Amino acid sequence: MIPELEKFKGFTVKNLPKDEPLAPGHRACQGCGEVLALRMVMKALGRNVIVCSATGCMEIITSPYPQTAWRVPWLHIAFENAAAVASGVEAARKAMARKGKIPKRHVDIMALGGDGATGDIGLQALSGAMERGHDFLYVCVDNEAYMNTGVQRSGCTPYGAMTTTSPPGTESFGQYTWKKNIPAIAAAHGIPYVATASPAYFLDLMNKVKKAALVKGPAYVHIFSPCPTGWGSAGERSVEFAKLAVDTRIFPLYEVIEGKYILSRKISKPKPVTEYFKGQRRFRHLKDDQIAYIQRRVDAEYERIARLAEVS
Amino acid sequence: MAKRVGIEVSIAVAEAVKLADVDLVAAYPITPQTHIVEHLSEDVANGKLDAEFVPVESEHSAMSCCCGSSAAGARTFTASSSQGLSLMSEILYIPSTMRLPIVMVVANRALSAPISIWNDHQDIMVQRDIGWIQTFAENGQEAFDLTLHAFRVAEDRRVSLPMIVNIDGFTLSHVIEPIEILDQEEVNRYLPPFKPRYRLDPKKPITMGPVGIPEVYTEAKVAHDQALKASKKVILKAWDEFAELFGRRYQPVETYRSEDAETLLVTMGSISETAMTAVDAMREKGQKVGLVRIRLWRPFPAQEFRKAAGKAKVLAVIDRCLPPGAPCGPVGEDLRAVFYKVPGAPKIFSFVAGLGGRDVTVETFEEIVEKAQAKARKRPRELYEVIGVREK
Repeated sequence: MIPELEKFKGFTVKNLPKDEPLAPGHRACQGCGEVLALRMVMKALGRNVIVCSATGCMEIITSPYPQTAWRVPWLHIAFENAAAVASGVEAARKAMARKGKIPKRHVDIMALGGDGATGDIGLQALSGAMERGHDFLYVCVDNEAYMNTGVQRSGCTPYGAMTTTSPPGTESFGQYTWKKNIPAIAAAHGIPYVATASPAYFLDLMNKVKKAALVKGPAYVHIFSPCPTGWGSAGERSVEFAKLAVDTRIFPLYEVIEGKYILSRKISKPKPVTEYFKGQRRFRHLKDDQIAYIQRRVDAEYERIARLAEVS
Repeated sequence: MAKRVGIEVSIAVAEAVKLADVDLVAAYPITPQTHIVEHLSEDVANGKLDAEFVPVESEHSAMSCCCGSSAAGARTFTASSSQGLSLMSEILYIPSTMRLPIVMVVANRALSAPISIWNDHQDIMVQRDIGWIQTFAENGQEAFDLTLHAFRVAEDRRVSLPMIVNIDGFTLSHVIEPIEILDQEEVNRYLPPFKPRYRLDPKKPITMGPVGIPEVYTEAKVAHDQALKASKKVILKAWDEFAELFGRRYQPVETYRSEDAETLLVTMGSISETAMTAVDAMREKGQKVGLVRIRLWRPFPAQEFRKAAGKAKVLAVIDRCLPPGAPCGPVGEDLRAVFYKVPGAPKIFSFVAGLGGRDVTVETFEEIVEKAQAKARKRPRELYEVIGVREK
């Protein structure tokens, strides 16, 4: 067990922090699951943190100069380099503390990116930073497409989903690749802590973020983030969809602590994927055989992780 | 006390960075800057330099890492060249408008294709407008001195801009020269510690790098332009103080036998020393030829250049960059702008030479002067000419 996590008590509904390091008044769409997740992330982290944001929805909606929703130090440089920027912040602080230029006080450092910034264009920078072992946490808020550019497909867009660059047509059924498994890529780096989380299970999410911040070295948290605008779903149903993604086994919740897989939520009686697809415009073109194929793969993926959790 | 030693120029640059007591060096290997960061990594490994050496996975991440480091308030250095500099390009525009005083040494090198590891200025000319302060060194001593000068200027609160010192790849970076290396005490007298006005600190949270809506974007860019132009005063003052302390005087433009010259060669970087030899040779033949060398490339010292050009009738500008489809080389272009509608302005002819490591010899300069003078007598149709192209 990681020593920093041994005494970890975790948040409960009774001791949730009241402080909101991410201020209300940001410009997210109604029903944004991503900003809901980010609010929980920041509540869990508190104010002793430096945030390096990639370009993306969360950067755009929180920082239109001269306004800012950030009550903590926050830096945005570009789309693909949040992990590299965070590396610089972390390493520089280490050197300056050693040389007596700043107080020897621990400050959490978080890099934040969407699925495109994390799994596509920024994968190299993320991999480099994890390999070098910087003490930071990377949080990916995954809404499964390039949303603020007009809903284009990313490597995290699920199989069959419609986006503006994976449109269904006479020769196409939408996204033709399976969702890229970024948590597994992160875990393959041998970093101490990897987790998946959902804003529908907020205590689980906050506790995972807090654990990720506590461990020394790189930690990675992949958060499922519904997007009404991009998905063509009702804003008031975002939390419901986040919950359904877990309960249908589409987005399993687990941790990988020092290589050991732990299921956070065992789904023994899963709901059918159709229940999750209903009410999302991006899936409405799918035919029965395609849905059946997705169902089989979803079950197989879940079983794979469940097996990993059993054997490790 | 300063010590004069025979030393490779790259290592002298690394010595300057070490004496500047940087906090972070980000490094990705690219020829011919490698010796600089290799030497720094040795210094860190041997405890001679207390800094974080971050061996990043790309030049793009090197500059990104430097941005984070500088924003955190650390003295920050990296080095680059050629393709690597181009890979950084997207990020290079960001620390300059964000006013992060990173120092970078660029060992100038040609760009692909065809791939070439040898020297010219095409890599940096692509980055001409990134909004960094830029100087060009002629020799090893200058490379050492300008590196210290760069930290001093970049981190000055009135400036707060990133700065590049250009040194010619191989022809300068890999040459062993006698160089006077200042000692720590001397450097401490010249270079105060970096005290950023803003830094990332939870005790005093600030938002850096926000979205620039149309109502503020232009103003941010104008503020940056004004800061870059205003930095000249500090650049000059820092050179004056350097002269007072260590006796070596630097100026934005350097002249050689230019007072009564009718034709002036205009150069940047290490070919200038060959150009001086060429000027001597042509002077011996009775030609009124001189040299102006540009040391400060951004902000461009227009006033100083006009003064340095004196009453010359012809300027033969040597660009080590071939800009396909452009009216002329970038240095030539700038000088045409500098003299536009100036009464009695010299005729300006642009020459491209020394691409991809092609030697620029005394004879090359003589040929250029001859060609420039011939062009001045008639109206040339082409706006620039590439020297020494083999036809067979």
